[in-house]
Amino acid sequence: MKPPPFEYHVADSVDQALSLLADYGDEAKPLAGGQSLIPLLNFRLARPAALIDLNHIDALQGITRAPDGGIRVAAMTRQRALERNALVRQFAPLVVETMPHVAHPQIRNRGTVGGSLAHAEPAAELPAVMITLGARLHLRSKRTERWLTADEFFTGLFATALQTGELLTTVEIPAVPERTGYAFEEVARRHGDFALLGVAASVTVDETGVCRDARITLVNPGAGAERMQRAASSLVGRPIDDAAARAAGEIAAADLTATGDVHASPAYRRQLARVLTRRTLLRAYDRGRASR
Amino acid sequence: MPNIKVQVNSKEYTREVEPRLLLSDFLRHELGLTGTHVGCEHGVCGACTVLLGGEAVRSCLMLAVQVDGQELTTVEGLAGADGTLHPIQAAFREAHGLQCGFCTPGILMTLVPFLREHPSPNEDDIRHALSGNLCRCTGYHNIVAAARLAAEKMTSSKSA
Amino acid sequence: MSTRQFGQRVLRTEDPRLLRGEALFIDDLSFPDMLHVAIVRSMHAHARLLRVDVAGVRAHPGVTAVYTADDLGALMKPGPVLVPPPPIPGSTFNARTQTPLAKGKLRFVGEPIAVIVASSRYVAEDAAELVVVDADPIDAVVDLDAALAPNAPLVHDDLPSNMAAHVAQRRGDYAKARESAARVIQRRFRYDRGAAAAIENRGVIANWDARTSELTVWDTTQAPIPVRNALASSFSLSESQVRVIAPYIGGGFGPKIMFYPEELLIPWIAMQLGRPIKWIEDRSENFVGTTQEREQIHDAEIAVDKDGRILGIRDSFLHDTGAYDPYGLTVPINAQCTLLGPYEVPAYESEFTVVFTNKTIVTPVRGAGRQHGVFVMERLLDFAAKELGLTAVEIRRRNYIPPNAFPYNYEILYQDMAPLTYDSGNYQPALEQAIKLVEYDRFVEEQPKLRAEGRHLGIGVVSYVEGTGIGPYEGARVRVDPNGSVTLATGVGTQGQGHFTSFAQIVADQLGLAPTDVRVVTGDTREMHWGTGTFASRGAVVAGSATHAAAMRVREKVVRLASELFEAAPDDIVLDGGRAYVRGSPSRAISLGELAQKANPLRGAVRPGTEPGLEATSYFGPERGSTANGVHAMVVEVDPETANVRILRYVVAHDCGNVINPLIVEGQIHGGVALGIGNAFYEKLSYDGNGQLTSASFMDYLLPTALEVPPIETVHIETPSPLNPLGMKGVGEAGAIPVAAAFAQAVENALARPGFEILEIPLSPSRLYELLEAARQEPRAR
Repeated sequence: MKPPPFEYHVADSVDQALSLLADYGDEAKPLAGGQSLIPLLNFRLARPAALIDLNHIDALQGITRAPDGGIRVAAMTRQRALERNALVRQFAPLVVETMPHVAHPQIRNRGTVGGSLAHAEPAAELPAVMITLGARLHLRSKRTERWLTADEFFTGLFATALQTGELLTTVEIPAVPERTGYAFEEVARRHGDFALLGVAASVTVDETGVCRDARITLVNPGAGAERMQRAASSLVGRPIDDAAARAAGEIAAADLTATGDVHASPAYRRQLARVLTRRTLLRAYDRGRASR
Repeated sequence: MPNIKVQVNSKEYTREVEPRLLLSDFLRHELGLTGTHVGCEHGVCGACTVLLGGEAVRSCLMLAVQVDGQELTTVEGLAGADGTLHPIQAAFREAHGLQCGFCTPGILMTLVPFLREHPSPNEDDIRHALSGNLCRCTGYHNIVAAARLAAEKMTSSKSA
Repeated sequence: MSTRQFGQRVLRTEDPRLLRGEALFIDDLSFPDMLHVAIVRSMHAHARLLRVDVAGVRAHPGVTAVYTADDLGALMKPGPVLVPPPPIPGSTFNARTQTPLAKGKLRFVGEPIAVIVASSRYVAEDAAELVVVDADPIDAVVDLDAALAPNAPLVHDDLPSNMAAHVAQRRGDYAKARESAARVIQRRFRYDRGAAAAIENRGVIANWDARTSELTVWDTTQAPIPVRNALASSFSLSESQVRVIAPYIGGGFGPKIMFYPEELLIPWIAMQLGRPIKWIEDRSENFVGTTQEREQIHDAEIAVDKDGRILGIRDSFLHDTGAYDPYGLTVPINAQCTLLGPYEVPAYESEFTVVFTNKTIVTPVRGAGRQHGVFVMERLLDFAAKELGLTAVEIRRRNYIPPNAFPYNYEILYQDMAPLTYDSGNYQPALEQAIKLVEYDRFVEEQPKLRAEGRHLGIGVVSYVEGTGIGPYEGARVRVDPNGSVTLATGVGTQGQGHFTSFAQIVADQLGLAPTDVRVVTGDTREMHWGTGTFASRGAVVAGSATHAAAMRVREKVVRLASELFEAAPDDIVLDGGRAYVRGSPSRAISLGELAQKANPLRGAVRPGTEPGLEATSYFGPERGSTANGVHAMVVEVDPETANVRILRYVVAHDCGNVINPLIVEGQIHGGVALGIGNAFYEKLSYDGNGQLTSASFMDYLLPTALEVPPIETVHIETPSPLNPLGMKGVGEAGAIPVAAAFAQAVENALARPGFEILEIPLSPSRLYELLEAARQEPRAR
C-alpha cells in the first residue's frame, strides 16, 4: 500500500496554486489535509501526475467575520481549528455540534474544511452542515472567480461544481437569523466513522413559537448530502410538536434517495431518516424558541 | 529528489526523499526510528500516530516532503536519556495497558497532547480520545486505566 | 524465603522495551543489500489461469527478479496438511492444499500468482502493476448451501463435489431421547466470517549465508519450530542449518500459526539471489491473504424434559473451509465438541460437512470454532427456557455437570485426538459469582420500571467451556550463567501473552529469584530445537509446565552442589535472592553465579553420571487438554428505533485453574471479550456473489474501539487441573468464546418482542432493524 509516483509542488500563494492547476489540468490534485487523498494514493485508487501542496499558503488559513455578519472560513483551515474557534462557536454552533462526529482528533488535526467539502464524500458531515447553514463557497481559477451556494456546489457522489483548474478558497457561513435553533445527529457504526445516516436541521421560529423556516439536510442517504425540502416546508407556519416532527420524518423517509451498502440497507436508511429527522427537529425547535 | 530538513525528538536530520515517501516509512526506514508502527496505511488504526508540532497526526497519511522544516516527536522521544520511562509509559506498565505492544506507540503519542489539554480527564473523555486508535489485545480496559493513572501521576508531580 | 511469585500480579518484564519503542518487530529489521517483495495476487475468486505475463516487469528499473509458478521447479507442490484429522470412524477428509504460487486455476481473491523482487516496496508495487494476468472467470462458489448443490461449479475439479470432509459423532441414543422429551426446539443458526486482524500484519525476512550454509528466517509466526522443520525439509537442509526467529509479534490470534506460501517463497528467493529478502504484508493483503474465521450454518435441535433438563441435542452443520483445508478438521471439531458446554447431555448426535468455497482459507482464529458451538447451545437453552417459563439462569443451573462427576467423559473425539474428557470443573460457582457481580436480581427488578420510562435494557447470562492446553508437548531449558543471570528458553513464540513474565515467575519460584532476574527467550529455534507453538490456549499450560520441570531440575542441581560445598543436608539449603545458603546462616551464602562456575570447572573432572553446568532441559506433554470454563453476563441498552446497542455492563467469572499472574489473565480476558464484541456486532467479512470481499479495509471491517468496548469486570475461580503439576488451564481464547451468545440473549431480553429471535452472528444495527421489522410484520406463531 504505497503511493504511485507523482510530482510534488509546494504552492506559496493562491495564484501560484492556480497557475500550477491550470498547467496540469486534470492531471494534478491539490493536496489539502490529505486525510482522504493519501489513503486513496496508498490504495492506488488515485494516480495524479502531480500534487500541489496548499499547506504553505497563508491566505488559505483562518476564520474571520464576514462583512454581512456571518463568518468566513479559509479553505485550508484545519477541522480542529474550526471546532475550537470562538467565532464558530458564536455564529455557527451547528458546526461545533457536528465536528466531534468527524473522524478522530488525529484526523481533524490535519483535515481541512475545504478539503472535506471539495472531496464531497457522501458520508461526510460537513457538506450537509454547509447546505443547512446556507453557506456560500468561493471558487477561483487562474482566470475566473465565482461564488456558489452549497446547494449549487454539491452535485452528487464525490461530485462538485468545481471545474478543472478551480480551487475552493473560502467558505462563507451567513449570519444566523434570530430565533434559530439547530441540531445535528447521526448514526455511525462506531463513533468517528462516516455516518450511516445523519441529519442536520435548523429551525427559525417567530416570537409566538411558529416555525418560519426550516432546513433539513441528510448525510449519506445514498447520493451525497440531500435536502429534504418537502419535509421542511411541512413545518412552516406551525409550532413543531411531536406529531409535526414525526410527520416531517415520514416525509423525509419517503423522499430520500436511499441506497444500500455493506453497513445499511435502504430500508434502514429510511428508518434512520425518519427517526433522526424527528429528533433533530424537536431539538432544533426547542433551541430556536429558547434563543433570544 | 527534494531535500528535507526535519527535527525529530530534538535531533536534526537532512535527507533526500522521493515525493511519494510516506512519513511513516521515512521515520522508520530512513531515520531508523522504528518505534512508530504501521498497521493499516489508510489512517484508521492509529499505530503510526506521531506528534507534528506537538499535535497528534497519522504519519501514514502524510508525505515526508510535507514535514520539511517542521518538528516531530516519536515514541523514542518520550523516555529520558537514561531510559527512565515517561509517566504515561510508566502508567502503561503499572496498569498492564499493553500486551503485544504494537499499537502502543500510537496510543502513547495520542495521549501526550490529550493529557496536556485534559489533565484530569474522566473515563468518557479518555475513551473518546482513544477512539482513533485500534488495539486488538487489551480490550482497552487497562489502556483506559493506564491513561487515568498517567493523568494522576502527571498532576501530582506538577503539584509536588 | 521470598514470596511465591506464582499467583502474583507481577508487572511485565517485557514492557519497558515495548513502551520505549525498542522492541524488535519484524519490519524493524533491515540489512544492507536487502531487497523487497511485492506479491501479485488473484483478483478473481474463481478462474482458469491462462497465462501470467511478466515480460514487462523485468525491464522495470529497480526490479531484480520476478517469479511465477513456472519458475519454482520442485517447490511447486501442494503444501502440507498441518494438522491431520483425528481418526473418527466413518469420516471422510479430502485434503487439498495450496501450491506456493497459483497455476492453472485461481481459487480465491488474494491467492498469490507472482512474486516481484525489487529495490524497495514502492518499486515492487509499481512493477506488480505491470504483470498481466490472463484469466477466464468461472462462477464463484460462495454460498454454503449452493456449494453442495448437484450442479455447483467445483473449486477442485478432481473432486466429485465441493465436500471437503464429513464427520459424524454420537453419544447415547438421540432418537429415544427425543421421543421422551417434553419439548423439542429446532432452529437454523448462521455464524459468518471474521478476521483476526492483528494490528501487525504478517512478514518474513530471510537471509542465506552461503559461507556457512545457514538460512536465517525472521517470521511473524506463532509456530517457529514447525516452520523451521518445513523449510529444512523443503530445501533438503538439516534442521540445524535453518534458524527461524519469531521476534516480537504484534498480535497473533491464530492465523499466524499457518504455514503460508510466503514463508516458503521468501527464504527460497533469498537462497536463489544470495541476498536478504524482505516481505511485509500490507493491510490490503492481510484481508485476503491471511486466513480467516469460519462460517458455519447449524441445523440444531434440543430435546428437554418438562423441568428443562437436557435429554439430547442433534446438530447438523456446514463449515466453510475456504479454497483449501490445510488445517484439517480442528475448527469444525472444536465447534462440534464445545457445543456440549458445561452441561450433561446424555444423547448427542452431531454431523458436519466441510465445504470448499472460493474464499480465503479458514484456519483457527481465537476461539477456533468454539464460539459457534457455544452460540448454538446457549441459544437453544434460551429458547427452551422461554418455552418452559424458566429464566435463562435457572435452565443453566439445572443442567451443569455436578462437581463430583469429574473427570467427565463425553465419549466423542476432540481435536487433539483424545476422547473429549473434562479434567475438572465446578460450574455453579462461576454462575453464582457472575450474577452476583452483575446484580442480576436487582436488574430483573428494575427492568420493568426502566421499560415504563421508555428505556430498553436487557441482560444476558451464558456459560461455556474451553478445551485448552492440548499436547503434543513443549520444551524448556533453564540455565544459570556464571554471571548469575538465569536464562529460560522455550520453543513457543509469543505475541503479547506475557510469556516473558509468567514463565519467569515459574522459574523465579524454583530458584529463589525475582522474575526480573530471569531472561526469557522465546521463538528462536536455535535456542530450543523441539516444540510446536503458541495456539489453542496452550502456551502457559504446556510450555509453563515444561518450564516448571526444567527449573525444578536446575534447582536440584543447585541444591546438590550447595549442599556439598556447605556440607549440609539438601533439605537445609535455602535459595533466595540469587544466593544459596544453609537455613539459619544467610550471611554465609554463595551466589548462583559462583555455583555455576563451580559446576563448570576448567580443571578436575565432572563426575560420571553428572553433567556440567547448572542447566536442564525438560519436556511436558499432557495426556489431553484441560478444560477451562466460565460465565459471561452483560447488560445492554437498545434504541429500538435505530437498533443501536450499547453495552452497559460486562462481567466475566472464569476458571482457568491455578492462575500464574492475575494481571495477565485479566488482560487476556479483556482482549478476548473485545474481540467477541467485534465478532457479535461490528466485524463482518462480506463477500458478494462473485466471491469479492467488500469489506476489505479498516474503513469497512470495523474493529471495536475504546467506545464500543465497555469496562470489563472479572472474577477468578480456581479449580486446579489434575493434568499438570501446577494445576493450570489455558485462558487465551476464553474471553472471545461466549460473547456473541450473551449479546444475542441480552438484546432479545431488552426488546422482548414476540417472534424476535437472534439466530445469526454478526449482527449490525441495520440487520437488527430488519429482524425487528420482520417480527413486527409477522410475529412467529407459538
